[in-house]
Amino acid sequence: MNAVSQTSLQASAASFRARYEGLKERLGGDSIQRAEAADAFAHQGLPGPREEAWHYTALRPLTEVAFHEPVVLLSDCAAALAALPDLGMPRLVFVDGRFRADLSDAVTGATLRTGAPAFGPSVALGEKMVALNAMLAEDGAAITVAPGVDAGAVMLVSLGSDAHGVPVSFHPRHSVVLGAGARLTLVEVNGGTGVYFNNPVLVAEVAEDATLTHLRIQQEAAGAFHISTVLADVQARGTYDSFTLALGGRLSRVEVHAALLGEKAMAHLNAAQLLGGVQHSDFTTIVRHDAPATASRQTVKNVLTGRSKGVFQGKIEVARVAQKTDGYQMNQTLLLSGDAEIDSKPQLEIYADDVKCSHGATVGELDADQLFYLRSRGVPEAQARNILVRAFLSEALDPIEHEGARAAMEAAIAAWWERQA
Amino acid sequence: MLEIKALRAGIEDKEILRGIDLVVPTGEVHAIMGPNGSGKSTLSYVLSGREGYEVTGGSATFDGHELLEMEPEERAAAGVFLAFQYPVELPGVNNANFLRTALNAQRRARGEAELDAVQFLKMARAEIKRLSMADDMLKRNVNVGFSGGEKKRNEVLQMAILRPKLAILDETDSGLDIDALKIVADGVNALRGPDFSAVVITHYQRLLDHIVPDRVHVLANGRIIRSGGPELALELEAQGYAAVVAEAA
Amino acid sequence: MPAVTETLDTVAAVTEGGYKWGFSTDIEMDMAPKGLNEDIVRLISERKAEPAWLLEWRLKAFAAWLKMEEPDWAKVHHPPIDYQDLHYYAAPKKKPGPKSLDEVDPELLAMYEKLGIPLKERAILAGVEPEEGERPPVAVDAVFDSVSVATTFRATLAKSGVIFCPISEAVHSHPELVKQYLGSVVPAGDNYFAALNSAVFSDGSFVFIPKGVRCPMELSTYFRINARNTGQFERTLIVVEDGGHVSYLEGCTAPQRDENQLHAAVVELVAMTDATIKYSTVQNWYPGDADGKGGIYNFVTKRGACRGARSKISWTQVETGSAITWKYPSCILQGDDSVGEFYSVAVTTNRQQADTGTKMIHIGKRTKSTIVSKGISAGRSDNTYRGLVRIMKGADGARNFTQCDSLLIGDQCGAHTVPYIESRNPTAKTEHEATTSKIADDQLFYCRQRGLSQEDAVGLIVNGFCKDVLKELPMEFAVEAQKLLAVSLEGSVG
Repeated sequence: MNAVSQTSLQASAASFRARYEGLKERLGGDSIQRAEAADAFAHQGLPGPREEAWHYTALRPLTEVAFHEPVVLLSDCAAALAALPDLGMPRLVFVDGRFRADLSDAVTGATLRTGAPAFGPSVALGEKMVALNAMLAEDGAAITVAPGVDAGAVMLVSLGSDAHGVPVSFHPRHSVVLGAGARLTLVEVNGGTGVYFNNPVLVAEVAEDATLTHLRIQQEAAGAFHISTVLADVQARGTYDSFTLALGGRLSRVEVHAALLGEKAMAHLNAAQLLGGVQHSDFTTIVRHDAPATASRQTVKNVLTGRSKGVFQGKIEVARVAQKTDGYQMNQTLLLSGDAEIDSKPQLEIYADDVKCSHGATVGELDADQLFYLRSRGVPEAQARNILVRAFLSEALDPIEHEGARAAMEAAIAAWWERQA
Repeated sequence: MLEIKALRAGIEDKEILRGIDLVVPTGEVHAIMGPNGSGKSTLSYVLSGREGYEVTGGSATFDGHELLEMEPEERAAAGVFLAFQYPVELPGVNNANFLRTALNAQRRARGEAELDAVQFLKMARAEIKRLSMADDMLKRNVNVGFSGGEKKRNEVLQMAILRPKLAILDETDSGLDIDALKIVADGVNALRGPDFSAVVITHYQRLLDHIVPDRVHVLANGRIIRSGGPELALELEAQGYAAVVAEAA
Repeated sequence: MPAVTETLDTVAAVTEGGYKWGFSTDIEMDMAPKGLNEDIVRLISERKAEPAWLLEWRLKAFAAWLKMEEPDWAKVHHPPIDYQDLHYYAAPKKKPGPKSLDEVDPELLAMYEKLGIPLKERAILAGVEPEEGERPPVAVDAVFDSVSVATTFRATLAKSGVIFCPISEAVHSHPELVKQYLGSVVPAGDNYFAALNSAVFSDGSFVFIPKGVRCPMELSTYFRINARNTGQFERTLIVVEDGGHVSYLEGCTAPQRDENQLHAAVVELVAMTDATIKYSTVQNWYPGDADGKGGIYNFVTKRGACRGARSKISWTQVETGSAITWKYPSCILQGDDSVGEFYSVAVTTNRQQADTGTKMIHIGKRTKSTIVSKGISAGRSDNTYRGLVRIMKGADGARNFTQCDSLLIGDQCGAHTVPYIESRNPTAKTEHEATTSKIADDQLFYCRQRGLSQEDAVGLIVNGFCKDVLKELPMEFAVEAQKLLAVSLEGSVG
């Protein structure tokens, strides 16, 4: 890292800290946790490119923008909300990181608490962006599902805006706690307009035999920054099943830490990143197998056009106790432009001998033979390419069980493809 | 001579063999037939020393060796050969190298001179020819990429090369077409003689058309419930196991 | 080091820990005082009567090193190295350097004999076929601590225009070549250990294969660390001109000592148009004892430049030794259609730590790379594959295939895979696969049922696991490597 970016990281960190100093009396939630986070952030600052975990994603563009606290509340969100998919499930709407009861529905089957950040039991302050979130978190949804209850599906919406005339940053802090045997499908949609920085953290606690399905569409505004972290702890026979579709934002990083803490716990961390223009998007996962007979599956697909840069970092850690672990990870990339770039780092870190772990990564363009085959059958080239791209994505998309959500993903992908043409 | 007395064994706490008594005199071929789950494979693994099986009673001696006290490779050196029901793949290890290493290890254990590469290949090629097998059998990695039938043939080839005194064939006929079945049978029959015995474990009678046994034993619920001549296999084929098991009970 | 493992059978083992090369030799040594500063750099240069440009080069590297920090990204842990507590120059006292084998200190010759290294030139008679089982001749450069003590078959090689000599000698005999290529692949300030090496390197091998020449025999360098508290910093430079071909072997052992010893070598390869370099290593430095006491810290920079079209550089390594291995033999695929290969077996047992892999940098069009890495961890060791595949923008039609497999033996060790894949060209294709497994119980039983002992069965299965790499080694080397694998893993199972 050169001296200039070091300085800009420090300056940016300093401005976040200054904001905390000005706000700390007014922010709600656990003030001790917040103070600890502020300490950690003061000590750690923002991640720089010399750090192994941030080698491929430089925060420099983020540090070049001065972000402010959202103060003017956006009153008219009707258009943005109308553009969201109607999945027939209750919506919880956050605008600039603040919960908007006036725009939200009541949820049934789960308990909801808002108005303060939902600091969960997972603190993870060693993660720099989590510390930033915890220091400045202003609001969040705390969703609790009682043991044995199937709470159906809930949509969690985040809208960022440029209504303020200055770039704003918000740091929502959500938690989802599922009791033993409980079930919930959480559909998360992140979007907005203008320049803003969305830095959410979601802490998920999945108890024995519970299943959390977490489906995300990251379609932030073209000028927006999105750096999110999910910290999911999964107990015995529980499942954290997630799919992330990332196609928005100027600079985005979706980071998922899944800890499989009980026997036969399972995590699916699937994703598709579709990027164009000068977008930079990073999908980073860390799966910790910390109990015997746990399983993880990751299928991550990247489709890159324009001058975009895609990053995938996936790490499977298998602890000594986690015998009979089954870990699988596949990362595949289609480079559709001579100016796009993919950086992929699938990682295995294994300390148990009786395990089955594998990963694979491929990078290439569309298969010329397949393309020709389709065209020889009369399919126009653009459409043929579309068909093949869609086919490429299917392995990651098809496992999504919620049909409405899957259809919404398909629609978002189709719209993205239109925009590239 | 193989002599099994009141053998009891199982996996973990589950008893599978509940007192087997069996004598296979040198020079004889005995068939063991029985329904699924009767303990046929367990018997073959216990005799050859696979880990995970606990012997809870009885004994098994072969030519004076206490088999159950011995390591698997010691049993092999004493002349016990198991043709596996599911032969194991050894990636990167070619058949010739594997067999020569195994053969020389056995010869060393018996105090016999080892074979050099040239002697070994000459002998192995002769066996391959005799068994009408493909020449590349020796070059291929042990069972890797083999079809089910090829794997079984490879077991027979190994048996022919290692020349055991006692061969235990664990459902070697399963999944074989008639040509492969004949190759297996020819392999066993070629070894038959005054110094060779075999225990042929099978579910079906058809293998016994080609390897005619001296004795047939019916294994059910971990015990030998009936013994007889080759005609017993035909009876089983005609009546089914259920009838014979019911009759014995 | 042909015949290293032959010593298994012929040399009485002087060890308790299974390391059979652990004896030390009493040789009168010329040692520089401990510590590292400009004066030591000057002293090394002076001892070798080096030209001014080389001293300059060393001093620049030293200045760069002073400003650098030891890298910390590898998955290895060790107490801080006190760079001032080492001798940076140690050489057998007999001076000047021997002109013929007859002049080499008989103690040294005896040691090499004990190691199984043929320092005698067997007469090659015209028209006489070697007898069956006889080894083809191999030219050996023997580097003892910091200096080359003997190089065999030089006259034979010279007839075909091949230069094979200590690099300290090449500096005088072929200054223009050394000046042109030294540091051209691994610049003096490339990384911490390369900078250190550039400042204090003492000797190593120099190979030059002129245009169109196929080197008539295998070349080999045998490295031996003997002296106490000395660092070993060899520098190897191999240049193959258009259409040339060479196969080069490297072997290493060290005495068994309680303290750690530093080895920071640099190897540079240059392959011009249509040239081929095959570089094989069997690294068997002393790995330390079962509790992790002693052993070599092996921080090595190896890099090859495929400068010309259709050139090819192939690295094959079998790494069984060293307490710490930090090593990434790499290829810069600059020439169109050039080919880079990396075949690696790394075995770690006891408390060994290995962080090894490769970098394949695709610059030219249709460049191709293959990476096959087999890591075997046993005991309480950690074994990491770390590899970079970078496809640059202009590398149209480039191809990479990577296969990384790890085998764990026992549940106290670690196996890690850290690939970095960076692609900027849509017409390029990269494929990476990695697996982790253990020796299956049914495989062991199958082998034992056929009469193999547990240890032989493990050896056989491990060799099978490594076959894709071992088959890349020159034949006789492969046989030795196989035995070495078995010896390294003795007692790991069961």
